[in-house]
Amino acid sequence: MEVKYILDIIYLIASVTFVLGLKMLSHPDTARKGNLYAAFGMALAIIGTILLYNHADGYTTREPIKIILILAAIGIGTIAGWLTARRVQMTKMPELVSLFNGMGGACAAIIGLMEYEHNLGKTGALATIIAGLIIGSVSFSGSIIAFLKLNETMKKPIRIPSYNILNTVVMITLILCGIFIVYTQPEHLLLVVLLFVFALIYGVLFVIPIGGADMPVVISLLNSFTGLAAAFGGFLYQNQVMLTGGILVGSAGTILTLAMCKAMNRPLSNVIFGAFGSGAAAG
Amino acid sequence: MLNEIINFLGENIQMIYIIILSVFVGVEVIGKVPAVLHTPLMSGANAIHGVVIVGAIIVMLNTPAENILALALGFVAVVFGTLNVVGGFAVTDRMLEMFKKKK
Repeated sequence: MEVKYILDIIYLIASVTFVLGLKMLSHPDTARKGNLYAAFGMALAIIGTILLYNHADGYTTREPIKIILILAAIGIGTIAGWLTARRVQMTKMPELVSLFNGMGGACAAIIGLMEYEHNLGKTGALATIIAGLIIGSVSFSGSIIAFLKLNETMKKPIRIPSYNILNTVVMITLILCGIFIVYTQPEHLLLVVLLFVFALIYGVLFVIPIGGADMPVVISLLNSFTGLAAAFGGFLYQNQVMLTGGILVGSAGTILTLAMCKAMNRPLSNVIFGAFGSGAAAG
Repeated sequence: MLNEIINFLGENIQMIYIIILSVFVGVEVIGKVPAVLHTPLMSGANAIHGVVIVGAIIVMLNTPAENILALALGFVAVVFGTLNVVGGFAVTDRMLEMFKKKK
């Protein structure tokens, strides 16, 4: 019996709880239980990884200092996350979701930054890393802007002249830079850090023109982005639970985004590109 | 070029199966969700993509203990990931609690 198999089975159980959790979350009677199931699966996956994960080429070591750091980080995150989630006013829930979503995006982006150097020479892995890095960063900065908007820290809609053209140009440049890095594989991290910063800027530009009433839709969209970023991480590590969790959220999140648009009677393209209507109404 | 792409797909074919099947599962599972559940469902899905924390833990486990900068970055990533997971599930639970009372 190999230890690796036990971890694989744990990941399998966790993946099933995610599917069940999402399924139950979409029915009023079972929703709360579904959330608990998914949380249980997540806890299993996290504990299993800390105890049992081993890299195929033997890079994994478990010095006490590293385990202490990991546990300390989880401790800090748990206390901070729990307290904020429990104490915040009910009306502030959506912006909190956005904030936590941004944290996930940032986590994915940092993983990309750290793994880049280890995967030089492997084009497929680098493409995965760069894609995860870009999407994670966009999701992070976009979610923070969405949070600030709902929080009313950023009250006035900021209008950038012809932002649709500007945003499209920035997006295309971002993708081209990503492709350039994957092709040339610069050894120095500087270009990758620049790409990271550029992706952060794009995230800001993406959300800034969108009106406050459309924010939930945008948060849902960014939510599926983060799912995708997590999935890229899963692909990189050949890690099934990250892959299924990420893709599930990516696809379910997209469907949910469309359902939310439908409930508001507005096509998604209007939400993303048509901010002027809501901007004019607010101004 | 084409060779490289085919090799990449071939080497990762199992992962690609998982991706494609998961996309369908995600779409089917959501299916017809009532509008009142949109926000809690979004929040629950938000917590689930917190699974990215597994990646952050893996990065830390694979980093040599001497590399302080990398460990510090990994530490931040794990904190962020935990916030996403714990905060996400806690917020969803609170939303659904409210939901029950309303009913």
